[in-house]
Amino acid sequence: MASVTDQELKQMSQEERVTAFGMRTEQLTGRSLYIEFEEDEGSNFTYPWAPDVDFNKRVEIDADEFDTTGANNKIRELMEEGYGTIVIKNPRGKHSLGVGILSRLNLIIEGSTGYFGVGLIDGPNVRINGRVGWSCGENMMSGTVLIEKNAGSTFGAAIRGGDLVCRGSVGSRTGIDMKGGTIIVGGDTGALSGFMMQRGRMVVCGNAGKNLGDSMYDGTIYVGGEIQSLGVDAVPAELTQLDKDWLTRKLSQYDLMPETGVDHFTKVVAGKQLWNYDNLEPNEKKLIL
Amino acid sequence: MLRSLKHRGPDSTGFAVYGANTPGDYVMRFVLAEQEDMSKGFDMKKIVEERLELVEERLAEHGAEVKHRESATDYAKRFIIHHTGDTELMARHIEDIEGVEILSMGNSLELIKDLGDADVVSDQYGLGAFEGTHGIGHTRMATESDVDIRSAHPYWAFPYNDVSVVHNGQITNYWIMRRQLERQGHRFMSHCDSELLAVYTANNLANGVTLEDSMRRSIGEIDGVFTYLVATKDQLGMAKDTMAAKPLVLYQSDDLIVMASEEVAIRSILPQEIDTTDPYDEEVFVWQA
Repeated sequence: MASVTDQELKQMSQEERVTAFGMRTEQLTGRSLYIEFEEDEGSNFTYPWAPDVDFNKRVEIDADEFDTTGANNKIRELMEEGYGTIVIKNPRGKHSLGVGILSRLNLIIEGSTGYFGVGLIDGPNVRINGRVGWSCGENMMSGTVLIEKNAGSTFGAAIRGGDLVCRGSVGSRTGIDMKGGTIIVGGDTGALSGFMMQRGRMVVCGNAGKNLGDSMYDGTIYVGGEIQSLGVDAVPAELTQLDKDWLTRKLSQYDLMPETGVDHFTKVVAGKQLWNYDNLEPNEKKLIL
Repeated sequence: MLRSLKHRGPDSTGFAVYGANTPGDYVMRFVLAEQEDMSKGFDMKKIVEERLELVEERLAEHGAEVKHRESATDYAKRFIIHHTGDTELMARHIEDIEGVEILSMGNSLELIKDLGDADVVSDQYGLGAFEGTHGIGHTRMATESDVDIRSAHPYWAFPYNDVSVVHNGQITNYWIMRRQLERQGHRFMSHCDSELLAVYTANNLANGVTLEDSMRRSIGEIDGVFTYLVATKDQLGMAKDTMAAKPLVLYQSDDLIVMASEEVAIRSILPQEIDTTDPYDEEVFVWQA
């Protein structure tokens, strides 16, 4: 700070000013990859009450025969019986299907779901052959969710962990308030995606709507197509080799790797000017803004 | 579709349906009192009969020939009239009768709305037998205005005979816009913010603005969060606000357009596998028959 004069600050770009104030030390890992557990802590990843399921035991549920609560209770009942692969047929847009599953399970939903599908999950691998409504995967903690078609708005709201993948396009405010994990969108995403993002990574292979990453605290957004506009405090950053390697690995994993590779992706991170917990005095903040 | 959206609010339900039309003939749907008024006082039935007589008188005064009369309830009537004069003047004169509101006076449009869920209203008004080309509907949970017929959707874009509107959201510059429109001579029948969209559309149409341009213009001129639909004799339009804060799921094929706030409504009539999408912020679609 002491080495930068007011005159120099005025001539700097927004991103340069932020860096000059020592407010951003961007790297691939960032906060998103802080190691929060040891590898040998595997036993902590299962809840003591989690049913012991066998993935080779497969069963089908016809959702037409249940309301949402009934279908979700049936899933739990079948897991207690040891079924590790459960197929839900005829979901017909029902809301909140498959929520709150806190252990390992292969859940296959053959059709489309409504709002809040597979939210609050911690561990299952979910595949949805249709479209999902608003807030799919909200607050998910771990596991994978793969959607074959499109998704509604607030996709992966407040997600904390795991991979949430949509092969099609998603609505607005994707990953709003996300606190970890990875969201991957094969197509486009709407306005205000990454709004108030705090951790984790979002990958959009297509275009992003206006105000991308608005008010994001941390985390990283990668966009393969065009960005209509960046939100407040969202800034572009250098796409490093580590980023490219990670993108290649992750997109290949879900068969979403673009033919053109990942070199063209734009990386967006938080400018961190909006942070209220830094050491800047109010007059210093004014200088930056 | 509306039956499957009952959970969104059972206060009132409305349908704007479009059927066959004969030049010069209008279907006039009107109410002589609110539903709850009918249980107020021993004289209410007589008062309603007197209002009906006045309606007949004024129709005759304007040279309208009543070709057919139906009563869905004591307070809700359906007349088929033949009229070649100024329908706006006639409508204003009829609505000058205390307690009388014309829900629609369509060459093709019939607007039915009342308190209760979709089954109740549909059965009460015999909608099962209606044959037509398209329609829009609404099921309402009253949040900012009364639970009565005049605050229920859809709204007729008075005096445009075949234009109707449904809305999901809140309009925050309602009073400013309402006063502007009232100063221009437009009538408001309720205190429901959604009515503004009908009046706003009517005002634009009166000024020679196309439906599509009116809907595009509304995104900049109307504040708040909204998704709304407009139907005319041969058009169907949708518009979404700048935040895309209110949901809409869309399915379109060569011969069918289906939209709803929730996937579950679409799946209730199209059980086969289909691809649906979420329109983005500021998107406007107008389909022409």
